[in-house]
Parts: sequence; C-alpha cells; structure tokens
Amino acid sequence: MAEPAVIEVENLSKHYGPVRAVDGVSFTIVRGATCALLGGNGAGKTTTIAMLLGLLLPTSGQIRILGEDVPRHRQRVLPRMNFSSPYVDLPQRLTVAENLTVYARLYGVRHVRERLTALGRDLDIDAFFKRPYGSLSAGQKTRVALAKALLNEPEILLLDEPTASLDPDTADRMRGILTDYQRRGGATLLLASHNMSEVERLCDQVIMLRAGRVVATGAPRELIHRYGRKDMEEVFLDIARGIQSGEVVA
Amino acid sequence: MNAISPRRIAALALRYLYLLRGSWIRVIELAYWPTVQMILWGFITRYLASHSDVLTQAAGLLLSGVLLWDILFRSQLGVSVVFFEELHSRNLGQLFISPLQPIELILALMTVSLARTLIGVGFAVALAIPFYDFNLFALGPPLIGFFLNLLLMGWAIGLLVSALVLRHGMGAESIAWAAIFALAPLCGIYYPVATLPGWLQPLAWALPASHVFEGMRAALLDHAFRLDLLLYALLLNAGYLGLGIGVFLATVHKARERGSLLQSGE
Repeated sequence: MAEPAVIEVENLSKHYGPVRAVDGVSFTIVRGATCALLGGNGAGKTTTIAMLLGLLLPTSGQIRILGEDVPRHRQRVLPRMNFSSPYVDLPQRLTVAENLTVYARLYGVRHVRERLTALGRDLDIDAFFKRPYGSLSAGQKTRVALAKALLNEPEILLLDEPTASLDPDTADRMRGILTDYQRRGGATLLLASHNMSEVERLCDQVIMLRAGRVVATGAPRELIHRYGRKDMEEVFLDIARGIQSGEVVA
Repeated sequence: MNAISPRRIAALALRYLYLLRGSWIRVIELAYWPTVQMILWGFITRYLASHSDVLTQAAGLLLSGVLLWDILFRSQLGVSVVFFEELHSRNLGQLFISPLQPIELILALMTVSLARTLIGVGFAVALAIPFYDFNLFALGPPLIGFFLNLLLMGWAIGLLVSALVLRHGMGAESIAWAAIFALAPLCGIYYPVATLPGWLQPLAWALPASHVFEGMRAALLDHAFRLDLLLYALLLNAGYLGLGIGVFLATVHKARERGSLLQSGE
C-alpha cells in the first residue's frame, strides 16, 4: 500500500510586490520519503521552506502538513516537525547544553537529560556541551543545530544545507545519522542542498525550482536519465541554466 | 488559538535566566543604575530637606519617586531589551518554528521583566534603608498597587517598542531607551501634575504613572490612600497593555507576511 502524503503543497505562491519569489508551486511528499528541494540562488527554496514552517505566509495556495492547514494551524504541526539551517542561529552566549535544554523544553521533550546525552553521543557534540554556542566553529554549530532539530524526534525534518561547513568526514557521518534516523522512525526529510552527491545518496525524490517555479521532479536516477547526464551535478547545471531535458547543448 | 502552555513560557524564561547566570556583570548592571540614582537623589533629598517645607514634611518624596520610576523603567527594559536579545542572536526564527506561540513569548518576556525589576530595584530599595534610613515599604499596602501599575505600564511600553524594532529593525533600538524618558516629564515623578501647563495636564492624566505618583504623594504628604487614583491607573493600564499586546501580535503577523522573521538580526 502506498504511503500517505504528509506534505501537500498546491499552487503555492509568494509575491513581494512585482517579485514572484515562489510562483504556483505544487508537490506532494509521502511519509518516509527523503526529498531534495533544489535550485540556484533565488530559485525559491528558502521561501518555500519558510512557508512550510509557517514562518512566512503565502500570497496564495495551500499547504497541508500531517493533514493540517499550516498557515492556519501551524501550532498543531510544529511539535511534530523541526528545522535546521546554518542561516538561523541559536543564542550565542548560552552554552550548547543550555540551548538544547531550552529547546527540549519548548518542544515538550520528556526525558531531557537522556535525550541530550543520546544526541551528544550520536552527533559527537558532548565534548563541547559546556562551551558557549558562540565560541564554536561553523562545523560544530551545524552539528549542534542538527541536534536541536532532532530533539523532538520529528516526523518531518526540514533541512537547509544540512552538511554545509562540515569537513567531508563529518559530513559523511551526519548523512549516516540522518539516514539512520529516517529509517528507524520512518521520518520524512525535505532538504535544500547544493551538494549534488549528497542528494544522490540521500534522496529518493527531487523537486527542481527555477525562478520560483517547479521545473522538474522525479527520482535522481530518473532525472539523470531524462537529461541524458552522468550525475545530478550536470542535471542541476542544465536546469539552473534553463536547458530543457533532451535538449542538445553544443 | 491553542491553549497557552506554562511549560513553554517557563522554558523561554529559563533561556533568559541562563543568560543572567552566565554573566555576573549583567546581574550587577541590573542593580547598578537604580542604586546610583537612589544614592544621588538621597543626597539631594538630604540637602533640600533643610531648605524645603515639602521635603521636611515628607523626606521620602524624592527617593520614593526615583525608586518607583525605576520600577517603570526596568519593567519596560525587561521586556524590550530581552526581546532584542533574540534579534541580536538571530534566534527569533528558531523560536517561531518551535511550538512557542507569540502570546507565550509575550508572557515569558513579562515573567523575565518581573524578575529583572525585582532584582534591580529590590537591591536599591534594600540599600536605601542603611544609607538614608528610608524604607519604601513604609508606603504600606498602596505600594502593591503602585508596583503593579508601574509594572503593567512598563510592559505596555516595552511591547510597543519591541513591535517597533521588529518592524523597523535594530536601527530603532535606541527608541527603547528614549521612549520612556520622553514620558518622564509628564508623569509627575518629582512634582504634582498641577505643576504642568494646563494644556499638558490632560496628556499627563492619560498616563497611568501620573496617577501612581499622585497617589504616592497623597500617601507621603497626607497619609491618605487614594484608591480612586489606583483604580483609574489600572483601567488605563488595561487599555495600554491590551494595545501593546495587540500591536506586538499584529507586528509578528505582519513579519510573517513580509518574511522578516528569518532575516531578523543586527
């Protein structure tokens, strides 16, 4: 039996005056899928994610997550979701443990200490639990942000550049953690990334955006085949440059 | 709207408590200005007491004024400056994608403001006893009414200022410090409202703080408890606080339309 849709986006638009940041986007993501939202800078990825989180109100269109209308009832779904992005910070002067404790309580995590210990071990951040968040390196901050995003064991995890600023070894470990987490609990992952090998490894569905519109969707292998390319990197370049599938480039 | 969660309010209050715990300088700073003000006005009172009939009659007039004024000032800063912490640390986006509701953020800010006011003003009030043999608690039960009204007015202004900064960015931060001082001359802290020009008096009476300071003078000079003034202040505060909460919530909604919650920062 097919998995139910947990994210349903229909004709979603966000306009800032004459600028159409997102323009009539529609897609569906089923439970347990790992989906990549791809596109060049300004394609509308972050705007779409912000609308999914209820942080930004759409100009028009519908978003249903876990059966709830997000713009209207975001409070009902937010406890079951989480988000990580290197572009959103945590309080700099609080220690890592303090930050995670505050967010664990905000999300209603029951056994806070045990959860922090487990995340500290899994993400290898326990060594700097007592250090102020502001004193961490970019890579360490990314791992802490991921720990914050996993605190409530979300059914839906939105990730913006999940392995940005990480060295290849740590990035690989983080991908492993995300894959394990996704398989163990059947969570749905939606990630925006510029790392195409990451997308090929993690994702079973890709949504390509350009100028606020969906220009291609499908599994990574399917897109590579459709565009006649050898990997997602080349597909990404084709789409970013406006080349249609099957179009021959001199 | 979903049910308000005391657990989430306490979680956010804990965040500010961690901030205070992590920096003893911040704790000292809370008590520093109220104490300096109290010491300064205490000496002025001593000097003027021998030259002024009013001060001979009620020596605590200036000290009560300065300490009560600080309740208003600290409670306003307790809301707005603590809110600015979220903007400075670019944490607002994280908070708004958590299950925390905007009204819970407001209640957490008020809780922290109360704690900060008690720490800051409490220290100065305690120090005034050995320094000048002046006990603010001698005002008796009306003090509870004065404190509550000044706290509510401070929260209302703090929320309005926070909304302004959320709308216009950290460039408007200085308004947090300036806003309340613009009202100070109208509040009748050190002189009766009747001292003001006639055309300014209606404006002064529209401020809850003016009723509090008039009530304070009634208590000190006439040993009278002016319940009418306190109730009038409370009524005004209900309006101003409602306005403050409404404007703050509307600004958050507007920020969700404009997409500024993710970008908020310095």
